Amino acid sequence: MLGLIVNPMAGLGGPAGLNGSDGADILARALARGARPGSVPRAIRAMRAFAGACPILTGPGSLGADAIADGATVEVVAMTVADDASDTRRLAEAMKGRVGLILFAGGDGTARDIAGVVGEEVPILGIPAGVKMHSAIFARNPESAGRGAAEFLKTDRARTQRAEVLDIDEAARREGRLSTSLYGVVRTPDAAQVLQGAKAGGGGGLGELDAALGIYVAGMEPDTLYLLGPGTTMAALKARLSGHEGSLLGVDVARGGEIVAANASERDLVALLEGAPRARIALSVVGGQGFLLGRGNQQISPRVLRKVGLKNIDVFCASEKLARLSPAVLSVDTGDSRLDAELAGYRPVMTGANKSQVVRIAA
Amino acid sequence: MNAPIKTRSKARFEGYHAARWAEPVVMEMCCEGRRGAMFPPAGTDVRLPAGAMRKKAPQLPQMTEHDVLRHYLHLSQMTLGMMGVSLFGTCTMKYNPRIGEKVVAGKNLAEVHPLQHPDTLQGIMEIYANFSDILCELSGMDQFVFQAGGGADAAYTHACLTRAYHASRGELEQRDQIITTIQTHPCSPATANTAGFEVITLSLEENGYPSLEQLKSVVGPRTAALMVNNPDDMGIYNPDIKEWVRIVHEAGGLCFYDHANFNGVMTRLRARELGFDACMYMLHKTFGAPKGGGGPAVGAYGCSKELEPFLPSPLVKREGDRFVLDEDRPLSVGKIREFWGNAPQVVKAYAWALAMGAEGLREAADISVLANNYMDKRLGEVKGVTRSNPGIDAWRMEMTRHSLETVTRDTGCTVVDISNRMTDFGIDALWLSHEPWLVAEPFTPEAGELWSKEDIDYWIDVMEHVIHEAYADPDMVKTAPHKGAIHQLKGASLEDPERWATTWRAHRRKNLGV
Repeated sequence: MLGLIVNPMAGLGGPAGLNGSDGADILARALARGARPGSVPRAIRAMRAFAGACPILTGPGSLGADAIADGATVEVVAMTVADDASDTRRLAEAMKGRVGLILFAGGDGTARDIAGVVGEEVPILGIPAGVKMHSAIFARNPESAGRGAAEFLKTDRARTQRAEVLDIDEAARREGRLSTSLYGVVRTPDAAQVLQGAKAGGGGGLGELDAALGIYVAGMEPDTLYLLGPGTTMAALKARLSGHEGSLLGVDVARGGEIVAANASERDLVALLEGAPRARIALSVVGGQGFLLGRGNQQISPRVLRKVGLKNIDVFCASEKLARLSPAVLSVDTGDSRLDAELAGYRPVMTGANKSQVVRIAA
Repeated sequence: MNAPIKTRSKARFEGYHAARWAEPVVMEMCCEGRRGAMFPPAGTDVRLPAGAMRKKAPQLPQMTEHDVLRHYLHLSQMTLGMMGVSLFGTCTMKYNPRIGEKVVAGKNLAEVHPLQHPDTLQGIMEIYANFSDILCELSGMDQFVFQAGGGADAAYTHACLTRAYHASRGELEQRDQIITTIQTHPCSPATANTAGFEVITLSLEENGYPSLEQLKSVVGPRTAALMVNNPDDMGIYNPDIKEWVRIVHEAGGLCFYDHANFNGVMTRLRARELGFDACMYMLHKTFGAPKGGGGPAVGAYGCSKELEPFLPSPLVKREGDRFVLDEDRPLSVGKIREFWGNAPQVVKAYAWALAMGAEGLREAADISVLANNYMDKRLGEVKGVTRSNPGIDAWRMEMTRHSLETVTRDTGCTVVDISNRMTDFGIDALWLSHEPWLVAEPFTPEAGELWSKEDIDYWIDVMEHVIHEAYADPDMVKTAPHKGAIHQLKGASLEDPERWATTWRAHRRKNLGV
């Protein structure tokens, strides 16, 4: 069975120039500026391409049922509609354990709501209908979402991949600052052709990077403290170590092949560094804008960076992900502009076993 | 049809439909007892060791000669590619003159073997020596060898030479890095890795190529070599290349010029004059010899006098008015491939080069750049087509990378959909891009000197027509091909070890459950 969730308010703030649609007052302003919801028509396009491939579980009215053509087998979840984000969350809750895939029409905010409920339990795929779509779970257009969902559900051994759900702080963005955060990890169909921004071709996942992580772990010096950043790439590195379970969204610390502190705060890091003769920092690149420092890893503060030494930073990123940055420039925003300037310049990023790509870091 | 194709292309377009046969696998066409030819029984005079003798008859298809011929004729009619207009970029599609086939099929070549006494191989050795001279003239190098079985194999030759060269100087331990660029063909980094080097790839910057500063940031005592092509597949020539070579040489590294994109610069530049120590030409691309499924190709590898001792063996050398095989070369990297490489391909390429002459090569280079710039201009006028490096006004050489990102965004039709639909008009599949894709929905046409203006115009007319169709009737494009020999390929089984099958036996076991 397919689960369909439509966020009828998604995408309203974009055409209205409001940088997103999170929050009731923003929605009111968007509607006042003449915005019309576009997510239902987009969901209709997706469902046309889905072509009734299997039964559908969805919400009432504009939460999903409106998007489904006559003749399809539909079950509508009985619920009171609150006309806010809780609708999405309650629908996702109702779908747990019942559907093979959740197809949703919305943007990063909707993805966050669903991810918060289902986590990695149910694969999800996005019909692009939001203002911000930085998460790696959106199909390139409604038709490929519908077709991709049908294809995924009809294959017995359909594969999924882990994908990061990102969102931008809209309030900050309206003030002209960009601030992406990593909100969680979900599973999404493993089909590069379906997902948008698959500029780099090839499949998702770690690919060649896995071998690079293996070599890195094998070469870890016993007396060196390793500060390991957040994200799926670093989680794969952490999974190769013993000790504490590695965190997905936090900064962990390893020594002698085991994780000695998970989810460390800035203060924890400084304290641990006090007693360490040597330290290195391992990072991956977060999100669509290519941030290396200052987004989702603020624990690695200027103080921590100075203690470890700027030469002792190792960066990992798949070449497909670097290819999506155009031009291949990484950004840093540590909050200390002198430090940012010192970090600027060319730096090799490990992309595979014995492979690196040089990218420019802009302050 | 929603948008009429340009009048001059109309008749051509309406006339096309691929052959479509419901052709089974040959193993499914067996009929017990049918034979193509009857052979006399082996009798008792069998000179095979007992262990090598079959106990059971082999499972061969039992068919008449006529059935076999008809079966393969049908398959050849349904072969996609090389039948329509193919502007398959980076592959430099050329006509392979039939006379070359005739020459190599003659007994003078077909019936000789490299293990014969060299006195009986003087003719083919003369061709090797003469062709090496021609390529040395084109590149400024001092010696060519034809052993490598393709471009990647020639890149590997260079990685092996790099290893041997630094080892001979006692610097191999220290020099463990090879530098390349993201737009250099993937065989350079791949073969450098295979030969045991760490690979450092430089990223493109604002001018369309990596800056000198970026190069300098990684060149140092660990640098073993630089491996690059120029121009790259986006068509931009790196004008700093001489300085690049100087910087790498200063640090003690070797420089290899991958001449995969030689067509636009033939006779216009010499690798050695730019400072390079070695270079590679693909005879199956640039020099008019046929391509073929990873097999019968030749990567001609040439180098300076200083690197010659490290070349694979044997080398064909002149000695007075005779030719000898020089195998006594203690510093040689040994064999890259068996014997002398694909000799028939070398002969075809030699024949092609002689027929073209120096002036012909120059004319071909100029035509290929002219043809590309003509295409570039016309494609720039097609709705939805954008060009890589749009902000850079440098001339494009013999190919340009374009993008259909706009069309995909507007219509949902991807570059693969457009390419599929174009086959309905007798256009061979587009070359998209090496990976990773730096440009979204990319395609990279290359006309070379072969294709006529009519062919190029037709190709662009078809693309323009299909893009119009994508806007008016996207389903027509997404469900293409409609006139092809087969419909869309389902690629999923190619990625599933439990389903893929390269032999009949594997197909039976995995897919038929027998």
